[in-house]
Amino acid sequence: MRTRHSMDKASPRLNRYFDVNGWLFVAPAVLLIAVFMVYPILYSLWMSFQTGRGMKMHFDLTANILRLFSDPMLGLALYNTMIFFIVQVPVMLILALLLATMLDDKRVRFRGLIRTAIFLPCVSSLVAYSVLFKSMFVQDGLVNTTLLDLGLISSPIPWMTDPFWSRVLIIIAITWRWTGYNMIFYLAALQNIDKSIHEAARIDGVPAYGRFFFLTVPMLKPVILFTTVTSTIGTLQLFDEVRNIMTSDAGGAAGPSNSALTLSVYIYNLTFKFMPNFGYAATVSYVIVIAVALLSLLQFYALRERT
Amino acid sequence: MDLYFQRLRGGLVYLFLITAAFLSIFPFLWMVLGATNTSADISRGKFGLGGALFDNIVSFLAFADVPLILWNSLKIALLTTLFTLAVASIAGYGFEIFRSRLRDRLYRVLLLTLMIPFAALMIPLFIMMGKLHLINTHWAVILPSIGSAFIIFYFRQSTKAFPLELRDAARVDGLKEWQIFLLIYVPVMRSTYAAAFVIVFMTAWNNYLWPLIVLQSNDTKTITLVVSSIASAYYPDYGAVMVSAILATLPTLIVFFLMQRQFVQGMLGSVK
Repeated sequence: MRTRHSMDKASPRLNRYFDVNGWLFVAPAVLLIAVFMVYPILYSLWMSFQTGRGMKMHFDLTANILRLFSDPMLGLALYNTMIFFIVQVPVMLILALLLATMLDDKRVRFRGLIRTAIFLPCVSSLVAYSVLFKSMFVQDGLVNTTLLDLGLISSPIPWMTDPFWSRVLIIIAITWRWTGYNMIFYLAALQNIDKSIHEAARIDGVPAYGRFFFLTVPMLKPVILFTTVTSTIGTLQLFDEVRNIMTSDAGGAAGPSNSALTLSVYIYNLTFKFMPNFGYAATVSYVIVIAVALLSLLQFYALRERT
Repeated sequence: MDLYFQRLRGGLVYLFLITAAFLSIFPFLWMVLGATNTSADISRGKFGLGGALFDNIVSFLAFADVPLILWNSLKIALLTTLFTLAVASIAGYGFEIFRSRLRDRLYRVLLLTLMIPFAALMIPLFIMMGKLHLINTHWAVILPSIGSAFIIFYFRQSTKAFPLELRDAARVDGLKEWQIFLLIYVPVMRSTYAAAFVIVFMTAWNNYLWPLIVLQSNDTKTITLVVSSIASAYYPDYGAVMVSAILATLPTLIVFFLMQRQFVQGMLGSVK
């Protein structure tokens, strides 16, 4: 690596010249990030120890933290996030992995076309696709009439009014939007795998599912971990879908009895919907910060172990 | 027998793939057909062409100042993209070409900001924007998005492939460092810029939560906000909703089809 950087062997005067240039090049970005990321996140930390209404705040080290533990809405938001994490993330990733392995097979015709089609949902705007799903899943709408016509159900499914089905709807929607995205990562990783190992296993009589579980999956482990962590972080930050599929102007609830309330929606409501309580909202936002930090650390260490 | 099973499996693979492809495309089809149907027909789940396209366009035009809204979206997306690409590519180049221990350390701190969820920033940012009197201006949307650690990371990774012989030759020829960046690096890294353009433009165009907070007056709103507000009525006019959804999706679809390769490359950039 050292030979790549001629400044190592340059004269002190030239070194200084390069160093000054280096700082000038990175300065605008560093400044912007300092002002719009680092300062706010520290500000938010300070705010999380403030309590009161509106602009009348006073310092209290423990009030907000204690409130976290007796807040049923926060419990509900965490519970919903866990459901999405436990049900939606595995379903989506398994689907993405299956699709990727199928599309990696050179014998499959129209691969490019099918790949583009499956990838297309990630191009759509989150809000636009949410309202499309809302229109398809209304009580007497397309999905229910189709299912009724096919005889799969005997009465319309209450997608928007039942807590259980509203969660199912959110899961279907997110899966539609993000499966193709994850598939692209798997496809790229599959294309880097040495095909001769697969060929050897095939000749040795290992069946397709055996090769999938004992060759493909282990070799894709880093990518699978990466997609799991990014999907989980995405779930923690879920906002656009819940607000646009479940919420109407009439009320601030996120779905029937807040069955789709997520942490981000809750923070938004605490800040801009109810009587604003910036201090407590900041404390709740640190719940996400800590969760994301832990997940990222997990990914970092798990990936480092391998290299 | 073996051949029979192989055919059966092949058939199942196609069935699975085609179902997945169909389900992926279907909502787009629903959106286009829906734009031609009345709200009542859409709520009844009518799947087919209707004759209400003109009425839907008229009712959407009555709901919002559509040209202004589209212009707002385009302006925000393009300015954000322009500034982000400029700032991030200069920084990515700076971190990779002028290495020093201190800057490497700073770079690692920058990468840490990737973990900060937006929900944790929105309250302090909102208060900041209020103090700066930027609420209801497009700068409130643009400014916080420019310093993107992810795009800096993307440029730094890509700079590793930039041939240093070019830089050294330019130095021998007496070019200043900023001239080397502008006259040699930028043209050589065209495809990196293209991929970053796609990612930043899409993100900025689709941005919802932050504009929802800072753009409260009707004349500053973006198309994403308008789609959301027209659909959140107690009885939404779904025909107009479809028209608005088409307008919100079209630009990103066009960018995707024009730059598909760069798009995928840009997305994969994060796992290299």
